[in-house]
Amino acid sequence: MAYYQSKKIVILIVLHIFLLSIALSCIFPFFWMINASFKTDTEFNNDYGLKPASSLRLDNYKEVIFTGGFWRYFLNSVIYTFTSVFLIILLSSLAAYSFSRLQFPGKNIIFYMFLAAMMIPLPAGFVPVYALLQQLGLLNRTGYVLAMSNMGLSISIYLLKTFFDQLPRDLEDAAKIDGCNKLQIWWNVAIPLVTPVLAVVIIFNALNVWNEFVLASIIFIEDKYMPLQAALLQYSGEQISQHTLVMAALTVTALPIILLYIRMQKQFVKGITAGAMVG
Amino acid sequence: MNSTFKDKAVNFSFIVPALVIFSLFYVYPFFYSFILSLTNYNIIGDFNFKESFVGLQNFKDIASDNDWWKSMYNGAFITFWALSFQNILAFMLALSVTKVVRMSKFYRVVFFILPVLSEIVIGLLLRRLMLSEPTGRDVLNHLVNNFGLGFLAQDWISGGRVRLITALVHCWRGFGWAFVIFLAGLQSVPEQLYESARIDGANAWQSFRKITLPLLMPVITLVMVLTILGTMSAFAMILALNQGAGGETIVPIMIIYNHLSTGLAGLACAEGLVLGAILVAVSFTMFFVSKKIRKKYGVLPE
Repeated sequence: MAYYQSKKIVILIVLHIFLLSIALSCIFPFFWMINASFKTDTEFNNDYGLKPASSLRLDNYKEVIFTGGFWRYFLNSVIYTFTSVFLIILLSSLAAYSFSRLQFPGKNIIFYMFLAAMMIPLPAGFVPVYALLQQLGLLNRTGYVLAMSNMGLSISIYLLKTFFDQLPRDLEDAAKIDGCNKLQIWWNVAIPLVTPVLAVVIIFNALNVWNEFVLASIIFIEDKYMPLQAALLQYSGEQISQHTLVMAALTVTALPIILLYIRMQKQFVKGITAGAMVG
Repeated sequence: MNSTFKDKAVNFSFIVPALVIFSLFYVYPFFYSFILSLTNYNIIGDFNFKESFVGLQNFKDIASDNDWWKSMYNGAFITFWALSFQNILAFMLALSVTKVVRMSKFYRVVFFILPVLSEIVIGLLLRRLMLSEPTGRDVLNHLVNNFGLGFLAQDWISGGRVRLITALVHCWRGFGWAFVIFLAGLQSVPEQLYESARIDGANAWQSFRKITLPLLMPVITLVMVLTILGTMSAFAMILALNQGAGGETIVPIMIIYNHLSTGLAGLACAEGLVLGAILVAVSFTMFFVSKKIRKKYGVLPE
């Protein structure tokens, strides 16, 4: 008995060491990043940014946000994310509601078309999209947001439609008897019922847009329209030896996402794996 | 009759906005890229199919372009490591987390931090960690030396082993995602199966081999296919990490991106189609093979 007990404990310890060492490798770079962002260059040169910062020195942040223009990039990212996600939610919830509840000819074919878009990989889809935007004269914020709102559209429609399918129709019938039209039912009855899955859809798409780099980097040549990801790469190329400044810039981009993730961990996991689970 | 037609029109109008965006930014570009791939359209000015038509010249160029096939090799190399090392690590971590009760939530939260962040953030952060400069700020070499692993000290972002290092960084960024999917799969295996196996005298390895592995085959196939698709079309992290390291870590999308940036839209489209066709072929083969294997071992219900 004691033999099995101790064998079990040894196995548990080995497993924990394995898990902890991997976990440490995931956390350490971020602690280093945040820690180094508070340091002066001389401090960083002496201790490689490894010793805990003596004070929460915000000079690097001031430099990055005001002189480096990161307030603008941050704002741009927020604007692109909000407008794209708003558009996606609006379009996909309308479409998903119709696919699930309403009848019209060609419904299934159109729905399968959206599904097919999730299955067919378009690894370089940004090339024709860029050419299209160029010809439409939409190489600007509007074009970018429109292109971004297509990115998560299929998956969002699919997720919302399957959720609508599981809901009972009683409430909608009651609303119909009370004289609501379809648009009112969609807004007043259906949307409040899907809030749990709506959260997942919002996070999935918001992360997609916030982290998007390729299209943004070829559309926005001018600094003033750049979102964070494109600006980060440019800034790092300019500040080749200013490690602490780059750390502050990285923290400005990553920390809000990390904090949000820790608060809403469940929705994040569901959101990111949503695409995988569909297949 | 009239009212039902109006009804249908109203119902249809709900999907019109989504359909417009979808057609404009997915369906149209999809077919448009076939047309563009037959031209030498240079992105500046209006597109004139007749004037810019070059037939299959782009595809011929790709077939004899050593840089392109080198990038495919680099991509395949990284994919190989992601398929083997990353996914086996993720699977082992998922198994371990189901075995330890304490702190399993902590592990789950931590392992998933990396997939949440952008490729650019991860790439730049590791670039700064690995940067070898005469200023003596190469942190990773310093760390490696301090932990008595001095033999590992090297030029991490442009040295001789840069391709392997890039592959490992890619695995490091991606394992959390595979981990979560494996974990969901493992947790969906009914506990009774393990119990009845134990009663029948099966040891841990036998129940893993006969219950866990067969039941998880669909999940494993899915993760493998998505790993291939994801790795072959990843590039932003590598761009941020080492900018291709002088050709050693240039991946297909990076070539397409560079060609588009220099205005070679037709060629970039053709390259995208070649890559897309290869990826579709590979993922269909994977699904087919996995189905065969499952049928052979009698796991597939149909």
